[in-house]
Amino acid sequence: MTGRSARVLHALGLLVTLGFTLFPFYWMVSSSLKEQAALLASPPVWLFRPTLAHYAEIFADQKVSGAIVNSLIVVCTTTVLAVCLGTPAAYALARFEFRGKRDLWFWFISNRMISPIVLALPVYLLALQVNLLDTHLVLILIYLTFNLPIVIWICTDQFRSIPRDLEQAARLEGADQFTIFRRIYLPLGVPGIAVSAIFSFIFSWNELLYALVLTRRQVQTAPVVATSFMSGYELPWGKIMATGTVIVLPVTLFALAVSRHMVRGLTMGATK
Amino acid sequence: MTPHSAETGAAAAAPAAAETGTAAAAPAAAETGAAAAAPAARDAAAPQRLNPGYGRLTPLWFLLPAVGTLLVIGIYPTLFALVTSFRRYNLARPRDGFPFVGFENYLGVLGDRTYWDSLLLTAKFFLTVMPVELVLGIAIALMLHQPGLPFLRALARVSLVVPLATTFAVVGLIGRLIFNRDFGVANQLLGLVGLGGFDWLGSSAGAFAAIAIMDIWQWTPFCALIFLAGLSMVPVEIEEAARLETPSRLALLRHVQLPYLLPGLTAVLILRSADILKLFDMVFVMTRGGPGSATDLISIYIQRIGFRVFDMGTASAQAILLLIVTIALSRLYIRLLYREIDS
Repeated sequence: MTGRSARVLHALGLLVTLGFTLFPFYWMVSSSLKEQAALLASPPVWLFRPTLAHYAEIFADQKVSGAIVNSLIVVCTTTVLAVCLGTPAAYALARFEFRGKRDLWFWFISNRMISPIVLALPVYLLALQVNLLDTHLVLILIYLTFNLPIVIWICTDQFRSIPRDLEQAARLEGADQFTIFRRIYLPLGVPGIAVSAIFSFIFSWNELLYALVLTRRQVQTAPVVATSFMSGYELPWGKIMATGTVIVLPVTLFALAVSRHMVRGLTMGATK
Repeated sequence: MTPHSAETGAAAAAPAAAETGTAAAAPAAAETGAAAAAPAARDAAAPQRLNPGYGRLTPLWFLLPAVGTLLVIGIYPTLFALVTSFRRYNLARPRDGFPFVGFENYLGVLGDRTYWDSLLLTAKFFLTVMPVELVLGIAIALMLHQPGLPFLRALARVSLVVPLATTFAVVGLIGRLIFNRDFGVANQLLGLVGLGGFDWLGSSAGAFAAIAIMDIWQWTPFCALIFLAGLSMVPVEIEEAARLETPSRLALLRHVQLPYLLPGLTAVLILRSADILKLFDMVFVMTRGGPGSATDLISIYIQRIGFRVFDMGTASAQAILLLIVTIALSRLYIRLLYREIDS
């Protein structure tokens, strides 16, 4: 194989990869811009005159805009809480020696593996008993079960990479551990904290199972509302795809903007 | 993303018990107690050690907010599920009360063909998607690692983030549109090669294939990114020397790059198997487990028993059994990949 044909093959492979990763996304966005007749055309049309009618429709719909507000309330609160509760624990895991540390660390990591259905059943029953169903609070709390471990995991890694010399110097000046944490580790750990907050935000924003079983009318989140259009005989595909785009597009743009950090966080723990 | 790996699993529960080797009820005491008691014990054992510069209770104050929260929202509900699994607990028949029935639910679950079928189906799903995701993942990683075409490579690399950031439920919505029998683009594209007209979501094999394809779309990038990270660990001098030595890509892959891919491979296999055990959103939106039981993966099945049949006792027993499988998996993961974590 000559160098030239290898290069062409390489380029072709990369283009196929691009098509593969972007096609479903492209299809969602383009479908959201089609008129109903074009949507139901068989075979599907690739060239059409775009319309924003479906977007106008969903933003006029209280249900969708309300759901986005609900999602934002839940996701922002749970992310802030996860960072506030998680960073001190990450600091302890990164810098203190104590017995049971290994076990504690493993416990945090294991959380990634467990099916949400295991918690959804008891949390539903408990929330039913104390009248917390269909509130923001129950979702905020349950989302902490996966956000908190993410924050701890990523921030521990980040705090470990901060040179100990700074800490030694501060201690000679008479700073206590809380001051060291607040004045040295928090500011220097900002990159890791930001990555963990992004992950926490995206995971919570995307969550469906808990939101589906723990909410009714008041607190439905955006994914729940998007899936709720999937009933009846003639599905409003334009509306569904427009809602899907509104949910996914901001997060995707955000993820693309910080893709280097995303990749680092995703592959962490898999390549040690 | 999941890292669902992303939508990550959620419970904060019993692993602690398994990890510390204590009984299920003890982790609270074990964790916090250990944190408090440990420095004292160590001071006595090794008095020559340097003063660490903090009081023996200091770690506890830093850990307490997170550990306390996870105990309340993770461990407590898990224990509640454990208790519920020993009760007859049908929300549709509250008049019966919720009496303790011993192992009745567990015996029922173990004798339930549908439960086993759905576990088997989950295994079959794993065996279907995993080889494809691994092969495509390694191929994409190799292309991204190959020198040359910097712009196209960067573009393709960044685009891998898109499937991972897409809401799982929306992946399911897109799947329903793409695999529609009448106006789906999947049939149109297959028509180009003379196939098509499949009733994807209306037939058992078609629905299974459709959810497999959407899973492959979403998770191949994850595999590719992990393998790419592995490839970038190969020392540059060694790789370049090998490239000069042999023109064969295959030889390079086998003798130079493969050792660096293996840790990633282990991680991918374990993480993906856990992900598939908890796979819910995408499949629920696309097929609800149907038609019939063609896509009735384990998390879908348990959800239906709990929230459609309202048999919480049985569903809890099923969930606890699933939890045990998951804990075994995460033990394996930790043993294989986190041997040196304390360093």
